[in-house]
Amino acid sequence: MELRIDRGAVERCRELARAIAAPVSEFIAAHSTVSVERSVLRLLGVDGVSTDDVPVPNLIVEALSPEERARGAALAFGRGLAETGLEPQALGEALASGELSLSAFARVPEEPARRVVAAFVERSLARIRARREERAEKLTRLPQLPPPLLYVIVASGNIYEDRTAAVAAAEAGAQIVAVIRSTGQSLLDFVPFGPTTEGFGGTYATQANFKIVREALDAASERLGRYVMLTNYASGLCMPEIATMAAIERLDMLLNDSMYGILFRDINMKRTFVDQHFSRMLNAYSGIVINTGEDNYLTTADAVEQAPAVLASQFINEEFAHRAGMPDRQIGLGDAYEIDPDLEDGFLFQVAQAQLARQIFPGAPLKYMPPTKHMTGDIFKGHLIDALFNLTSVMTHQTIHLCGMLTEAIHTPFLGDRALSLENARYVMNTARHFGDEIAFKPEGKIEQRARGVLTDAERLLGRVAERGLMQAIEAAVFADVSRPPDGGRGFDGVFPRAAGYWNPFEEALRMERGSRGG
Amino acid sequence: MGNLVKPYGDTVNDGKVQMSFTLPIPWSEAADEAARRLVGKMGFTGVQIVEGRPIADGFSFFVAYAATPQAIDTSTISVTSAKTHAMSMDEIDDLIRERVGRKLRIAGACIGTDAHTVGIDAILNMKGYKGDYGLERYRMFETFNLGSQVSVEEFVRFAKEKKIDALLASQVVTQKGSDVKNFTALAELLEAEGLRDEIVLCCGGPRVTNLMATELGYDAGFGRGTLPSEVAAFIATRMAQKIASAR
Repeated sequence: MELRIDRGAVERCRELARAIAAPVSEFIAAHSTVSVERSVLRLLGVDGVSTDDVPVPNLIVEALSPEERARGAALAFGRGLAETGLEPQALGEALASGELSLSAFARVPEEPARRVVAAFVERSLARIRARREERAEKLTRLPQLPPPLLYVIVASGNIYEDRTAAVAAAEAGAQIVAVIRSTGQSLLDFVPFGPTTEGFGGTYATQANFKIVREALDAASERLGRYVMLTNYASGLCMPEIATMAAIERLDMLLNDSMYGILFRDINMKRTFVDQHFSRMLNAYSGIVINTGEDNYLTTADAVEQAPAVLASQFINEEFAHRAGMPDRQIGLGDAYEIDPDLEDGFLFQVAQAQLARQIFPGAPLKYMPPTKHMTGDIFKGHLIDALFNLTSVMTHQTIHLCGMLTEAIHTPFLGDRALSLENARYVMNTARHFGDEIAFKPEGKIEQRARGVLTDAERLLGRVAERGLMQAIEAAVFADVSRPPDGGRGFDGVFPRAAGYWNPFEEALRMERGSRGG
Repeated sequence: MGNLVKPYGDTVNDGKVQMSFTLPIPWSEAADEAARRLVGKMGFTGVQIVEGRPIADGFSFFVAYAATPQAIDTSTISVTSAKTHAMSMDEIDDLIRERVGRKLRIAGACIGTDAHTVGIDAILNMKGYKGDYGLERYRMFETFNLGSQVSVEEFVRFAKEKKIDALLASQVVTQKGSDVKNFTALAELLEAEGLRDEIVLCCGGPRVTNLMATELGYDAGFGRGTLPSEVAAFIATRMAQKIASAR
């Protein structure tokens, strides 16, 4: 089942994506953000909160002078480590309590500071490598069922309820469980601390919460004889920090989009571009598969018209991910089944789009999102629409399959809703397992013509973006009909230029690592 | 005399309903019996558990058919709908031009921590929903879409500064009653600021009903499937009424 598409156009789209990303990369290389610096501290081993619940990494970065900050938190913190001989966590606590202040160490020479930091960098990376090897060992010993990998969301607000729901979902056939975040978290400029039991529309992403569900799913994996993956959400103001915590707690996937926060959360674009880059470098090293957020183009506007924007965004996300050192197998590009069910031949369009992505990104674990926009209180019809979504997914060999819920428009799924949804997916995918390998598209038929049209329009869209530059194109509302100014939006005050001698030891180490892998 | 009705399966007054639920027990034949008795305790008769099976460790799922002895007198029920004025975009623009005589200023937002702008965007964005143009497209509306996660305080401040005529508050997330809390806070703050009487206050979301909205002190509530022109028609006619009664 192959679409005959213009390979030349695909190549041209990739070239355009490179041209679009190149100037942004120059900007990224010359800047850092408060979240990048906080994640450097977290990676060194700083955690915890002050008596009034402010995370220690936030306190340390906020206390830096603009000059110190512009050279990177690692250097100032390293001076403290060298002078006091303390472990990072102990120094962090002393700084948070006000017992010590980094300004007191400003005259400590750079050399010993760098040396002592280097040792902690190696310790930190070894810890991440160990988690990565642990995952590889489990995947060999507890193999997953074949893709599409069934992905469900739990979202009670209470991490202990989430744990129960996650294990139940795994037992009902889920291969990936995502704990969705509390609805405001993407806009918090800090990561909450400790286990949490209250949230809105989801549960806070905290390192303690990651650990609680990871342990429960590890136990379930052993019982079930198949590894169950854990997912959380990085997009927002704390992308690099969530990437750090996820690496340490062996999450397997993270939602991480290069533009989602800008367009759909009004986060400053410069902040997002710098943050996505460092977070993806960490994701690459920790073996985490990213999931990009193209589904959002479809839920906020007409899905038929937005198809070229989805493809264009996939090219841009792929390019930014490559630039952060991510191999194709870790780039879960997004799409969604959101065409109006009343549209004649809508199913054909969905198949065209899904198959197009499959052929253009053969090495990527594509993430397919379920119908949400046209789901109503009619659960019976909803279940049926989900069945066609499941069929499209298995036919076109999608990799990560977010199971649609018959109660999508009604409530956070009940335990029973999730079980029904998984049964639906398992039934359709089993009964139609090799359907896509057995049929061929009619040459020049509706599906092929639609796919070609989407590719042509995506190339045109990328051309327009390349011509203006990505930041200007976003300002001109080229994506999702949303205009965002380069210096507007949330988190802009946390972006700053790197001074001469800026040092991010993790970025340095990860880049060297990548060089030695030749990738 | 009232008009008593019961659910209809295939015969008048058979009272047949279907339901499904999960019990936190492992499945067994005894679990089926537990489910059957539970439905009986709910007041149903002729209970049939047509499906019972395990869905996770320690959880079973059931599908039941049963008959209810209850009936409802429909003549005692009166629920008003905010969607009574079917009008086209041009008719609405004309109505505002003739009876208000100036553009109406409308602000919409997802209030509280809710980040789901799907509903408010469908109503306000030019493109609209299901081929029905959004309020931005109307010549006689000046619209402001404040987007998501707008605090109630911010929303009211905006309404005051911009002399807004109609506020549209949207809530998609309903977990733990957060929607009702936010809607209530907005209505109360408008009241406290002395703005309530001059503003047409509407709320919307998949779980919103007009009844709930009016109980919370809103002029109207719009639920799932609402078209932008239905909201537009309501605002235009309500504003025209306000002006007529002020004269």
